[in-house]
Amino acid sequence: MKKKILIVDDEPNIVMTLEYTFKKQDFEVFIARDGSEAIQLLETMVPDVVLLDIMMPNVDGYQTLDIIKKNDRLQDTKVVFVTAKNKASDIEKGLKLGADKYVTKPFSVKKIVAEIQELIG
Amino acid sequence: MSNYVLFAIILCYLGVLFYIAFIAEKNAKSKWVNSPYIYTLSLAVYCSAWTYYGSIGVAANEGIGFLPIYLGPVIALPLWIILMRKVLRISKQHKISSVADFISLRYGNNRFLGALITIVCVIGTVPYISLQLKAVSETFDIMAHHDSYVATGIIDDSTFYVAVLLAIFATFFGTQKTDASEKHKGIVVSVAFESILKLAFFLVIGIYTTFVLFDGTQDIYDRISQTDGFSALTQFGAPEDGFTWFFTIMLSFSAIFLLPRQFQVSVVENIRERHIKKAMWLFPLYLLLFNVFVIFIAWSGTLTFGTELNAEYFTLLLPLHHDNIGLALIVFLGGFSAVISMVVVSTLALSTMVSNNLIIPYGFLGKFSKEQSGKNTRYIKNIRRISIFTIIIAAYLFYVNFSIELSLYSIGLIAFTIIAQLAPAFFIGLFWNRGSSKAAIIGILVGFTITAYTLILPFTLEAYSSAQNFVENGLFHIEALKPYALFGIDFLSPPAHAFFWSMFFNISCYLTFSLTSKGNYRERNYAEMFVDPRNYSSLQDSALVWKGEAYVSDIKNILVKFLGEKRTERALSLFFMKYDLPPDMQMADARLINFSEKLLTGSIGSASAKILIAGVVKEEEISLVEVLKILEESKEAFTKNKMLKEKSEALTKLTAQLQNANEELIVKDRQKDEFLDTVAHELKTPLTGIRAATEIMQDDADDMPAEVRDQFLQNMLQDSDRLSRLINNILDFEKLATGRQKLEKQRNSIQVTINKAISSISHLAQQKQVRIQNKSTDEKEMLYDEDRILQVLTNLLSNALKFTPKETGLITVRSKVFKGMIEIRVEDNGKGIPEEDFPYIFDKFYQSKNQNTVKPEGSGLGLAISKQIVEKHGGRIWAQNNEKNGAVLAFTLPIQ
Repeated sequence: MKKKILIVDDEPNIVMTLEYTFKKQDFEVFIARDGSEAIQLLETMVPDVVLLDIMMPNVDGYQTLDIIKKNDRLQDTKVVFVTAKNKASDIEKGLKLGADKYVTKPFSVKKIVAEIQELIG
Repeated sequence: MSNYVLFAIILCYLGVLFYIAFIAEKNAKSKWVNSPYIYTLSLAVYCSAWTYYGSIGVAANEGIGFLPIYLGPVIALPLWIILMRKVLRISKQHKISSVADFISLRYGNNRFLGALITIVCVIGTVPYISLQLKAVSETFDIMAHHDSYVATGIIDDSTFYVAVLLAIFATFFGTQKTDASEKHKGIVVSVAFESILKLAFFLVIGIYTTFVLFDGTQDIYDRISQTDGFSALTQFGAPEDGFTWFFTIMLSFSAIFLLPRQFQVSVVENIRERHIKKAMWLFPLYLLLFNVFVIFIAWSGTLTFGTELNAEYFTLLLPLHHDNIGLALIVFLGGFSAVISMVVVSTLALSTMVSNNLIIPYGFLGKFSKEQSGKNTRYIKNIRRISIFTIIIAAYLFYVNFSIELSLYSIGLIAFTIIAQLAPAFFIGLFWNRGSSKAAIIGILVGFTITAYTLILPFTLEAYSSAQNFVENGLFHIEALKPYALFGIDFLSPPAHAFFWSMFFNISCYLTFSLTSKGNYRERNYAEMFVDPRNYSSLQDSALVWKGEAYVSDIKNILVKFLGEKRTERALSLFFMKYDLPPDMQMADARLINFSEKLLTGSIGSASAKILIAGVVKEEEISLVEVLKILEESKEAFTKNKMLKEKSEALTKLTAQLQNANEELIVKDRQKDEFLDTVAHELKTPLTGIRAATEIMQDDADDMPAEVRDQFLQNMLQDSDRLSRLINNILDFEKLATGRQKLEKQRNSIQVTINKAISSISHLAQQKQVRIQNKSTDEKEMLYDEDRILQVLTNLLSNALKFTPKETGLITVRSKVFKGMIEIRVEDNGKGIPEEDFPYIFDKFYQSKNQNTVKPEGSGLGLAISKQIVEKHGGRIWAQNNEKNGAVLAFTLPIQ
């Protein structure tokens, strides 16, 4: 069965590259343009991994993570922050909140694929 | 009118006064009792029967010679703001209760000086009171239609009963409290009431005489000017008369400060210092009103009666002559009011002086220190009561035996001259710290002797023996010793002459002995304090230097004897609290000594207070040098303390300022961090897109479909554009915000600029099928930086474009001119701006949640930059919603 990945980002150009990359890696790709769209989607599907931007309009990445963590159905879902926030304090905060990985922008496509593979093996 | 009816009227009137005084005492805290008007009116105790009757006599016989007596106070009152303020401050601080207390305290609590001043005041005032009684008696007589008046015996004499009634009044309201520095509000209010009555009644008789009996002032003048000897009355024999005027004015100048009754109402009874401000102009006005009709009444009387009758009583005789008994009665009551207030206040003031400066310090101190508090206060009150009765009875006896022959005016002036002997010690002592007690005593004694020789003696001799020998030839027939022309000065009126010579010797002695004798340390200490009260009031109880040993319990014992257990406890606990001292303190310090003396001063006078306290303490002699040193030190300590306090206040302020600045810096720093964060984020976003796309294309070059590759390439272009746009905007914004961007203002047409902006964005609009219309018609030529305003307009238009729907979108530019400004509006028909966004729209990187595109195309700086530009032009930019739909972004620019 194909692994499911949910990409949550408000930048269409970035989404486009991630979508292309993970489709090529044989993932089933879902896209949400902000936190609220992601939450809506998560009611109907359970992805294996969520790539989550932090700075987004309406519902941001932190809030989205919080909702995912509180949802029993999504206990096995891994969450990876993909964000421009690269200060040590930001990274610490993200991991503390329960993110499984923290990738900073601009990212290397190969590296992000490797990280995800490692995560969901 | 019969004796009995008249006496009944007097009794009724006194009843009314008792009632008023009673009500005032009962409402001692009410606003009207404590008003500056009551204070001012009580000062009019100055206008006694002398004013009421006597000045008409002078006006009839000597012309305008009555005026200087009122000019002195009129000149003195404006000086009150300096003089009286000083006197008031010192008096309040030291619980001064009489002029004797005041002067003796200035010279180091000198017991003998206080007694001497008291005696001078008694000698000056008792005949003066007797003169008032004489006026009562004579006017009573005129009212009762006796032709002549001879006292047959005390029992038949209504004046005696009047005197007794006045003594009762003064006793009842004047000795309710032991502390004489406390206020006597009942008496003051009744005096104020009487002041209104006497002025009103005097004006009534003035108007009646001038306008009813005669045809106005012109009529009286025309008629009087035809009588014999008129010219002598209006002539002013210069320059000799000028001197007489000058000295008489000086005389009344000092009287308004020093007369015991004036000191009582103006200083002892003063409630608030600021009342003198009202009195300063109101009291001269009162005196002016009192003198308006004097000359006309005098002339009317002369025209009616000739020179046969006593001109002093024209005010009574005129209405009686025209059978107007009612009016005469009113005048009588007015005169009676003048008498009552003068007699009551004078005896009150004198009795305080007699008890506190004469009887207690010279006789009763030993007795007091052995007795209990209840008994002591009773003793003190009784001494005052007996003093009041004694003074009034003495005045009555003086009147019966001596003053029948004397005129009101002459006795008044003699009294003034005697009291004026205190002037050098009082006035010079206030401003010159060298003035010593020895000098004051000698000055007063010499001045008084001169007055006795040049005024009292010849005057008495003239009145009682027809022998003019002494006056005409002088003592031992020496020309230079003629009492009215001492050392050849023969052109002054007797009172002015006496005043001149007595003052001359008094002041000379005062100055000479002050310069040659230094006085003891206590004297110098008080002198410093009086001369410079402002400096010393800050030192308060430490202003007086004292060195020695004393037990608090001893001092407490003395206080208890006069104040009672309760008051003493209260006063002491307040004292300990004020100076932060332990309440179980054993040894007294200088402050406690001074404080206790002050407490006692009100009850027994300053001299006695000093003696009593000195009895229980072991005082060490201090040299004058030491006193001055200690004073200097405490002054210095005080100044240093003040300086330290000021410095510490300044430091606190500075710290607060620093803290504020620091907080501001922290906020600014955080804002800067946030800005950098946001900038980094905004830069990284397109960079991420470019980097990811490039990497994919590099790795996947072979099996990537062409349309995907094209899309990636287009994305990369778009991201690069966004990147460079962002960098430009950040630089722009930073330059504007830091002020490095200078405007290049030139004369431009706003229409041209608007059209340029519209055309620059038109291709984007066409892509989105949004219509842009320009409805602005104002062809204004104005000064602005076109590139920048173009930037603003483009920003607003592209912002509007973002929010308008595809195909149906419509953007309208409008303008209007008002108050030297042009307002340009960019309106769209989009969704409008959410209410909560208004405050933030012009913040940098603020993105509305309400945009049509998912990701805004702008840098997030457009509106923030626009705001900077508009404000740099002196305009304003704001956002609002259209009434129907859509948003409006508008800005103004000054036309000039």
